[in-house]
Amino acid sequence: MLTKRIVPCLDVNDGRVVKGIQFVELRDAGDPVELAKVYDEQGADELVFLDISASHEGRKTMVEVVQHVAAELAIPFTVGGGINSVEDMKAILRAGADKVSLNTAAVLRPELVREGADYFGSQCIVVAIDAKYDEETNGWKVYTHGGRKLKDLDAVEWAKEVEALGAGEILLTSMDSDGEKKGFNLALTKAVSEAVTIPVIASGGAGNAVHFKDVFTEGKADAALAASIFHYKETSVEEVKSYLRKEEVHVR
Amino acid sequence: MIGIVDYGMGNLFSVSKALERLNVPYFISDIQEELLSADGLILPGVGAFKDAMGLLETTHLKETILTFAESGKPLLGICLGMQLLFEESKENGTTKGLALLPGEVLRIPKEDREGNAYKVPHMGWNLLRYQKNSTLLEGLTEGYVYFVHSYYVHEGSKDVIVASADYAGVEIPAVVSRDNIYGMQFHPEKSGELGMQLLENFTKRVKERVS
Repeated sequence: MLTKRIVPCLDVNDGRVVKGIQFVELRDAGDPVELAKVYDEQGADELVFLDISASHEGRKTMVEVVQHVAAELAIPFTVGGGINSVEDMKAILRAGADKVSLNTAAVLRPELVREGADYFGSQCIVVAIDAKYDEETNGWKVYTHGGRKLKDLDAVEWAKEVEALGAGEILLTSMDSDGEKKGFNLALTKAVSEAVTIPVIASGGAGNAVHFKDVFTEGKADAALAASIFHYKETSVEEVKSYLRKEEVHVR
Repeated sequence: MIGIVDYGMGNLFSVSKALERLNVPYFISDIQEELLSADGLILPGVGAFKDAMGLLETTHLKETILTFAESGKPLLGICLGMQLLFEESKENGTTKGLALLPGEVLRIPKEDREGNAYKVPHMGWNLLRYQKNSTLLEGLTEGYVYFVHSYYVHEGSKDVIVASADYAGVEIPAVVSRDNIYGMQFHPEKSGELGMQLLENFTKRVKERVS
């Protein structure tokens, strides 16, 4: 049986991991490669690197980061942030990433998803969806530009559309739950996961191990992503997994 | 020396980095003479079967691989590279493969026998179950490896299955071998320690044959 995946996420700016990271045992807590190794040792199934560099130089540095991570790690990883073209995808995938994640660029030009899937295969193309509850429709709307711009697009419909365009996976972030640490958005995750036949990574709201169980069982997620609870050592991938095993959720 | 076949559709970087971690000398090439001089060959691959066979044919690397296989030296296909070793695939119509192993490649069904829908691609970590002895499994215990694929080698090729994984009741051939031909459906270079050990066992096999 396929296992549920635990995916730590690292924000990278100009080649350095940002957002307070509290791994005291590290020589350099800002080094993406060192942090990736720690998570690998804890049993992370996969990693996501989100490039938040605003500059062209920062983007170029990201390619070098990807090369170093790929040289050191034997687990899959995804790179997202600022990928706008097949050329951008090529640079990141050639450097050794397994998947690229498209967000705003996919909303602005959905054909980009198809172009990427045709060129590299669906398994390389993740579409990240930032979704927020909308009272009027009693559903969830898609936001772009890091959650700053509302798009008149239903999140569940958009998920179906990107699947049809050839996306291999969906990284679904609930903007309502993000940062609250009160648990993943189960209703949103379930709605999207049941609407598509590709894997869904739930993101936003992880506060403890129980939240992971809930998103895998009730939320029907295939994988769950978290950043701060791992970075701040509130829990570890190991702890979450041992709890899930006790609860009979299948993990590696 | 291990040769990695560069036909334009490989995850060359991750496979080559894995060999570097194992301290195994390798080269990446699309030149017939160079590849034929290798002690072992790795055929990587991501993407669609039809495109891959098309490229192997136009580059004449198909003949190179078949000649290499005949020489008796070890050949390993990874992911799509493993599927290419079989007779044919039903991905986007019917396409003939290298036919070094018996069997055909089909889409993983989207429903199990009870009609429950499940997700394709088969993406993530799944338990590798050993089916028979093979030099590739020597000294290894069963564990998890990382899969990403939507097509699989269908039964009819039972005797070449060395290890398999269960996905919603479908037996997915995961390690295959016959004589000097080996294949892995998952990505050993992305499958943590067990993946590296499997890859190492293949490289040992290459070394043994040379010495």
